[in-house]
Amino acid sequence: MRAVRTIEGTAVPLDRSDVDTDQIIPSDWLKQVERTGFEKGLFSEWRDDPGFVLNLEQFQGANVLIGGPNFGTGSSREHAVWAIQQYGFEAVISPRFGDIFRNNCTKNGLVPVQVDAETGERLMRMVEDDPTTVFEIDIASRTLRAGDIETTFPLDDSTQHRFLEGLDDIGLTLKLGDEISDFEGRRPAHLPTAS
Amino acid sequence: MAGKTLSEKVWDRHLVHSGDDGDLLYIDLHLVHEVTSPQAFDGLRLAGRTVRRPDLTLATMDHNVPTSNIDQPVADPISKKQMDTLAANCAEFGITCHAMGDPGQGIVHIIGPEQGLTQPGMTVVCGDSHTSTHGAFGAIAFGIGTSEVEHVLATQTLPQSRPKTMAVTVEGDLQPGVTAKDVVLAILGRIGTGGGIGHMIEYRGSAIRSLSMEGRMTVCNMSIEMGAKAGLIAPDETTFEYLEGRPHAPEGADWDAAVADWKTLVTDDDATFDKEVVIDAAEITPHVSWGTNPGQVVPITGEVPHPDAMVDATERNAAERALDYMGLAAGTPMKQVPVDTVFIGSCTNGRIEDLRAVAEVAEGRKVSINRAMIVPGSFKVKDQAVAEGLDKIFVEAGFDWREPGCSMCLAMNPDKLAPGERCASTSNRNFEGRQGRGGRTHLVSPAVAAATAIAGHFATPADLEN
Ligand code: SF4
Repeated sequence: MRAVRTIEGTAVPLDRSDVDTDQIIPSDWLKQVERTGFEKGLFSEWRDDPGFVLNLEQFQGANVLIGGPNFGTGSSREHAVWAIQQYGFEAVISPRFGDIFRNNCTKNGLVPVQVDAETGERLMRMVEDDPTTVFEIDIASRTLRAGDIETTFPLDDSTQHRFLEGLDDIGLTLKLGDEISDFEGRRPAHLPTAS
Repeated sequence: MAGKTLSEKVWDRHLVHSGDDGDLLYIDLHLVHEVTSPQAFDGLRLAGRTVRRPDLTLATMDHNVPTSNIDQPVADPISKKQMDTLAANCAEFGITCHAMGDPGQGIVHIIGPEQGLTQPGMTVVCGDSHTSTHGAFGAIAFGIGTSEVEHVLATQTLPQSRPKTMAVTVEGDLQPGVTAKDVVLAILGRIGTGGGIGHMIEYRGSAIRSLSMEGRMTVCNMSIEMGAKAGLIAPDETTFEYLEGRPHAPEGADWDAAVADWKTLVTDDDATFDKEVVIDAAEITPHVSWGTNPGQVVPITGEVPHPDAMVDATERNAAERALDYMGLAAGTPMKQVPVDTVFIGSCTNGRIEDLRAVAEVAEGRKVSINRAMIVPGSFKVKDQAVAEGLDKIFVEAGFDWREPGCSMCLAMNPDKLAPGERCASTSNRNFEGRQGRGGRTHLVSPAVAAATAIAGHFATPADLEN
């Protein structure tokens, strides 16, 4: 993973609740065996509509996506995160994220910025009123700044560390190889194997 | 010291390492399918890594497989490539793979339990959100993304932060005609799609204990629709009876040791949950979803709700959008809504007990709509249904009896809804476009789906008697 320390840019307000991963990237797109090319699939069922917020002139070039509550619920498809990232977003803001989606974000360096419902609502109105509002997200202090709003967001220590250092999760776990082997030595004999 | 909940006990058993940086959990069973694994295997190859425990890993093909003419080559070249990629990856890394047409093939969450691979007290993961199904056995089972699939392949562990605990207690006797699906839809109606986020739910109470393993799997399956990390039910005699004699279940002295251990997997009397919800079983009736998220449900005797009456603005906006997409007018009685297609199957309701419930309704009656598909969850389910003669009842009644797979649950194979087509479905997600672009999905139980196929509009089996 590439290190992520600060993000600065503008935002797109996607004012809908319960934007599930089927909406973020419909299942037709999941047949790919590669990890790239998903930007075209992002919200593809909605993109045909010229009035859809991603198509609006004033939001072009934004790198922060603001969603309503329950963003990214539904399926485990990491393709949803790849699509958002490959389209050009570096952070997603929502009052509540689906757990798996949130995890997938942190594995890929897409910053999930969880804010309280009222702040989410205010941010949404703020960019609707002024699309040039600058958003600053700082990982080290877990802070989001936009207009007159300054708020902190949750990010556990190990995820924060991985973001700042750009660390490979698997590499970190493999360092605990001896502990894994010890654990395996203690597993009960009655546990099944699949082979 | 206060006691522990079931989920805490299972979690603690799997701690390889615990520190300031969170927990590292050992994974007892890793299930793999064709959609979320190719990029994970690629990642392993790029880093020069191997699969640590191919013996704890099992692959199957389900999402893309066609459900007819499976003796022919797969027509969609992209689906075919994804399936071939899984087979090649499994061969390269030494993983058992149930390819299309293999007797062990089926939906990933159906085959684990039916082979006896899912057992109490285990940790089970899969690159699929409905892994929560396996929690019916008292296992911690959850869906993971592709990066995590790669992590488990390489290390057989996952770094995790400990979720909170939640109890959903359904106490009392279920009314006749109320099924496990209705129980879980009613729970969803109560707590909504965000109600379980960050929590592992334990389903408790006499109504839950009265369910068969199939029914318990239906309930746990939809934990993810509440946003929960996992859903569990404490193992009991029903669980042990289901497992005994299955191909991967322990035998002899191992069986006795296992059962003795499994009996300790209950929430201690003095344990506390972070969140608790209690539902009266007697109040649950057959349910149907009306909107585009699984929390938007009503009793089948109810009507399409009025968004105007909703106090919460977010909820109201969501309801307005949903009614527009679903082509429904507020106030319409659900039983008057005509249906074009019925889909019976999926990891929620594609098990043998579900098919028996459908056969009971279908016997001696006729389907009155154009398309009513029955897709068994696995070859084992299919063979069992054939052995019981259920397939004949289905065909006789005018149902389309198909080959196993995920099928119209998510429309990655040729089984799709057309835009505007309305479907009563036994699956778990009524999201926009889930069953095909523009398709309209209503979630129901197998019994309601069968009765609806016959009546042509939403109906319960009891409605057919009158
Ligand atoms: S049946 Fe549906 S929900 Fe279940 S694994 Fe297949 S696609 Fe997912």
